[in-house]
Amino acid sequence: MSEPNSKAKSSAALVQSRRNALRSYLGAYGFMAPAGVLVIIFFLIPVAIVLYLSVTNLASSNFTSDLARMEFIGLKNYETLLNDQFARKIFFNTIFYVLVTLSIFNVSLALVVSLLTTHIDRSAGFVFRALWILPRITSPVVYILIWKRMMAEAPFGILNQFNELLGQPTYNYVSTNPWVFVVVVNGFIGVSFGMIIFTSAIESIPKDLLNASLVDGSSRMQRIRFVILPLIRWPLLFVVTYQTLSLLTSFEEILLLTDGGPGLYRTEVWSLTAFHRALSNYFGNAQWGYGSAFAVLLVLIGVVLAVIYMRVFRFDELIAEPRVEAL
Amino acid sequence: MEIRIDNLTKKFGDVVGVEDLTLHIDDGEFVAFLGPSGCGKTTTLLTLAGIYKPTEGFIRFGDRVINTVQPKDRNIGMVFQSYALYPHMTIFQNIAYPLKLKKVPKNAQNEQVRQVANVMGIGDLLDRRPGQLSGGQQQRVALGRALVKEPDVLLFDEPLSNLDARLRLTMRGEIKHLQKNLGITSIYVTHDQVEAMTMADRIAVMNRGHLQAFDAPDELYDRPKTRFVAGFVGNPPMNFVDVEVSRSNGRFIAETDSIRLALGAERGSAPAGHDGAVVMGIRPEDIQIDADGDVRGEIFVVEPLGREDLIDVRIGSHSFILLADTERQHQAGERVSLKFDMSQAQFFDPRTERSLLWKQ
Repeated sequence: MSEPNSKAKSSAALVQSRRNALRSYLGAYGFMAPAGVLVIIFFLIPVAIVLYLSVTNLASSNFTSDLARMEFIGLKNYETLLNDQFARKIFFNTIFYVLVTLSIFNVSLALVVSLLTTHIDRSAGFVFRALWILPRITSPVVYILIWKRMMAEAPFGILNQFNELLGQPTYNYVSTNPWVFVVVVNGFIGVSFGMIIFTSAIESIPKDLLNASLVDGSSRMQRIRFVILPLIRWPLLFVVTYQTLSLLTSFEEILLLTDGGPGLYRTEVWSLTAFHRALSNYFGNAQWGYGSAFAVLLVLIGVVLAVIYMRVFRFDELIAEPRVEAL
Repeated sequence: MEIRIDNLTKKFGDVVGVEDLTLHIDDGEFVAFLGPSGCGKTTTLLTLAGIYKPTEGFIRFGDRVINTVQPKDRNIGMVFQSYALYPHMTIFQNIAYPLKLKKVPKNAQNEQVRQVANVMGIGDLLDRRPGQLSGGQQQRVALGRALVKEPDVLLFDEPLSNLDARLRLTMRGEIKHLQKNLGITSIYVTHDQVEAMTMADRIAVMNRGHLQAFDAPDELYDRPKTRFVAGFVGNPPMNFVDVEVSRSNGRFIAETDSIRLALGAERGSAPAGHDGAVVMGIRPEDIQIDADGDVRGEIFVVEPLGREDLIDVRIGSHSFILLADTERQHQAGERVSLKFDMSQAQFFDPRTERSLLWKQ
């Protein structure tokens, strides 16, 4: 047998196997392509654009059809932002809003709701939780309109109509206690996320384990404290992390409810400022570049928080091995 | 602690878990609840534990009715099939958990946990977590946790089912030994009749939510009161065949189309008085392959068990399982004669499935 022949054969085989490898690569990338394209178009490119805009002076006041006149101004927007007399107030507003909503509603109330609904009749618990999903699946505009209608001033507000019927004084609820409303309205939506995660975590605790703790002598409260809570530690940390980031960027409900008011920036939060500055400033004076700087800072804060959470809560362990062994 | 269950019924909606169960357990007794899955034995156990509330009837610990008493106020220890150890606690914390809830001082906790752990042979594992232990070790921890609070009643829910066969054998002995030493009234749920037979003072056989029999193991084996008990207790299980029992010339004959067996008056008179066919039961060890045997059949299959062979013999349309000496080296297809020890035969009413020999 001739040597070249077998060589030719083997090189043919090599080409064939390369072709197969290429084909399987193409298959893999092909399947990832739709998601990849979406991420690139709707996430990566906008992020890049915002980053770029934040170092320009682009605004409706100097906007012409000649985009070349847009000036690169370096970190000037950021400088302005740090010297902005309201930036500090808005920053602490944001921290207040995130901390209070997160701790009272998105985590604590979510935990209470899931513990309650897993300790009552199963179908009743299910119905209750299903009802609590409604605010999340309702369009924010409709949801806020319902709240506004309920809380509106006399004689329009439903609550105030009851007050009048009962001979009580009427209140302008939203403007006297705007933060209460901002937190409650957002919290109501926020509860459902934690509720779903916690409920499924509680229900996946083996029945034997729950029975064992009762037989061992714990009351239902002690069982929650010593057995259930430690066993849902990971879902708890996940909800804290995820909801912090989600609250940081949420603004549509506040926009619709108080629009940052009443008065000067009373309930204005960082993401709402970014929106106001860039897209909804007074007299149509949209400062796209300046607004972008707000948005970029928010992204930075989010990234820093995410990294801290991942370190503190050891996310690598969370996604490693299951905590509860099968047997 | 004496336990008295009277007319206990537990329903889940329309589904009956257990119905009209009456059972009195003596102080210090070891009772097994035996039955196939879904027979109501675990439901009964969880009702005793206080996890379920009885729909009807009464449960008494001593003189106290405990129907609505919370589990924590019953002073019971329980061992689960899945061990049910708390995965986030160390072994020490697991065993100490009942003491912590009882607000036992730290020093006493420490002492009691170490003492129990040493008895269970897990004294060197106290700093580990349940996930780092083998199944057998975990089961010892679970037992330790049940014992540490010195319970009045011990409940076992198929505790050995997840262990391998060898370990099951040793744990079986240990649990029995421990129970006799401590004298704690114990209830042991199992579907394994060998476990029930070897460990229990008395066995409550259950089927479909009803108590079938409550007797000592020997009694259940020798004088089964229902066909279900006869078939469930004993391994390999009893052979059943429909026969007509008749009396002629002072002798009793049990016969089918292909078998004709003579039997004595003490076993034959009751079924002979029964109108129509009856179910005859005969245990594998009461059938011998014997050249003088009066029934001829053909070996269908031979299953070597080591110590003996399990042989399936076909006679006409009937099939009998029996045990034979391995040295005889029987082969499938071989023609053999069988000798039935009819003094051990059982007879049941085919309709009610009750024994015709032993009254309930």
